Amino acid sequence: MLSNIALGRFYPGNSFVHRLDPRVKIVLVVVLLVTVFFSNNYLAFFTNLAAIFIFMVFAKISFKNYFKNMKVILFIVLFTSVLNIFYAKGPLLFKIGPVAITKCGLDNSIFVAFRLLTLILISSLLTFTTSPTDLTDALERILKPLSVFKIKTHELAMMMSIALRFIPTLLEETDKIIDAQKARGADMESGNALKRIKALVPILVPLLVASFRRAFDLAMAMECRCYNGGDGRTKMKVLHICSNDVLAISAVVTIFLLVLWSNFWVLAVHL
Amino acid sequence: MIGDFSFMENFINIVDLKFSYEEADSGRGINILDGVNLEIKKGEFLTILGHNGSGKSTLAKHLNAMISPTDGDVFVRGINTKDSSRIYDIRSSVGLVFQNPDNQIVASIVEDDVAFGPENLGIAPEEIRARVDGALRAVDMYDYRQEATYNLSGGQKQRVAIAGIIAMKPSCLVLDEPTAMLDPIGRDEVMRVIKKLNKECGITIVLITHYMDETTGSDRIVVMSKGKIVRVGVPRDIFSDIDFLKKCQLSIPQSVELVQKLQAHGVNVPSFALNEDECIDILTQYFSVNAVKR
Repeated sequence: MLSNIALGRFYPGNSFVHRLDPRVKIVLVVVLLVTVFFSNNYLAFFTNLAAIFIFMVFAKISFKNYFKNMKVILFIVLFTSVLNIFYAKGPLLFKIGPVAITKCGLDNSIFVAFRLLTLILISSLLTFTTSPTDLTDALERILKPLSVFKIKTHELAMMMSIALRFIPTLLEETDKIIDAQKARGADMESGNALKRIKALVPILVPLLVASFRRAFDLAMAMECRCYNGGDGRTKMKVLHICSNDVLAISAVVTIFLLVLWSNFWVLAVHL
Repeated sequence: MIGDFSFMENFINIVDLKFSYEEADSGRGINILDGVNLEIKKGEFLTILGHNGSGKSTLAKHLNAMISPTDGDVFVRGINTKDSSRIYDIRSSVGLVFQNPDNQIVASIVEDDVAFGPENLGIAPEEIRARVDGALRAVDMYDYRQEATYNLSGGQKQRVAIAGIIAMKPSCLVLDEPTAMLDPIGRDEVMRVIKKLNKECGITIVLITHYMDETTGSDRIVVMSKGKIVRVGVPRDIFSDIDFLKKCQLSIPQSVELVQKLQAHGVNVPSFALNEDECIDILTQYFSVNAVKR
């Protein structure tokens, strides 16, 4: 039931996007996200979408998986974009009964839907093609300068990778506990909101206890494998930036500049 | 005699080991281990048997300095486990595998998890890669190196956990009921890997188990009860002493039980069959002899 959540899932592979340096990928994703927020005209959105589409093709992952992720937030997208139609001023386009539809409102609603969906696509592209270990490794290295301020970057990254590792395990455990409580006559589907929230207590308490037990076991297993914090630790996978990364960086920078230029161009046309 | 190990050197020496703790409510001291003396030889396959609470797991945790003795000493290759400066030497030469495979896997991807131990030891990247590949091949999981750990079956997860230890190149592997949470197929896979590591790679195995059928292939069996070692011997000697097994609350291997019951019903078969193969031999021999008579 809970385990078919596709968010944050990694699909192993050996494509162009898979082989990019994870540090570069994280930075590029941030740049692309900023680009999406800068976009405020159709040309810019088209550029964005084309770029993402090309990256998706290069990632060689079935498009179905992206749609699965998009479905999760489809309701939010519809809700916000429908709301946006009504909250805009400007020249009237047409009227349906008492509701006035303006061109500006219609544009806004399309932009909002577009932005949310591209955001999901971009972040899916990152998580689909980067293993959680690579992701946290890269984050550790990106955050490394912060250790000047005595922030424990290795510990942060380790906690994050363990948390990611235990998400499916704990989801499975939750399913089991729900079934076990149902078998004992727990009622979780009826009653008002308050009653249903109260019904979660007999699920959360055993889950919490079990996760502490797991944490204890894991700590012991890690000690058995000579874990001693980040000092003196090496990595199997050495990250280095190669020509593919340079290619990807220049592609993303080009997209960013194109979007900025299109914004100015649209502005100039309107003036 | 199979039990002659005098030619092997001692790898682990346990000398008068005691471990006790004070109970939180009553302040009463509880002895978990009460004077254990044992020598574990290099390259042997040693099984530790004992009912629940006999101190098996506590003993296992003493072998790689996870617990420090209350009294007595444990020496690994002559290094005392109380010597905290050598703790990582001990832990990389004596690996410990636990019961629940889910709680031992650190990373989401198989090869990243196997690399965790060597990474902690500060080994060079190329060497880690070689060790990870070698360890995964040793447990027959090389084809799964890119898989997510949560998609694996219980037996596969436990093999990955074993590979994670093997990658540190230990000379001894201590397994604390590694098959207790697995289905019969997973149990077979794990046992096959353990035996292979012992025979082909010469790794010393200390196996703690509840399943009598897993013990019949071992060189020596140690039976524990109430924190003490009550008997050390070869499987043949221990399993032929049914009264002793019953006294220690241990079950009898199925093959032994079958021939014993047949004998009790007046069927003329030898009184002891160590494992399934011997049992099959005895039965086929019996039937071929009787078929001739008829």
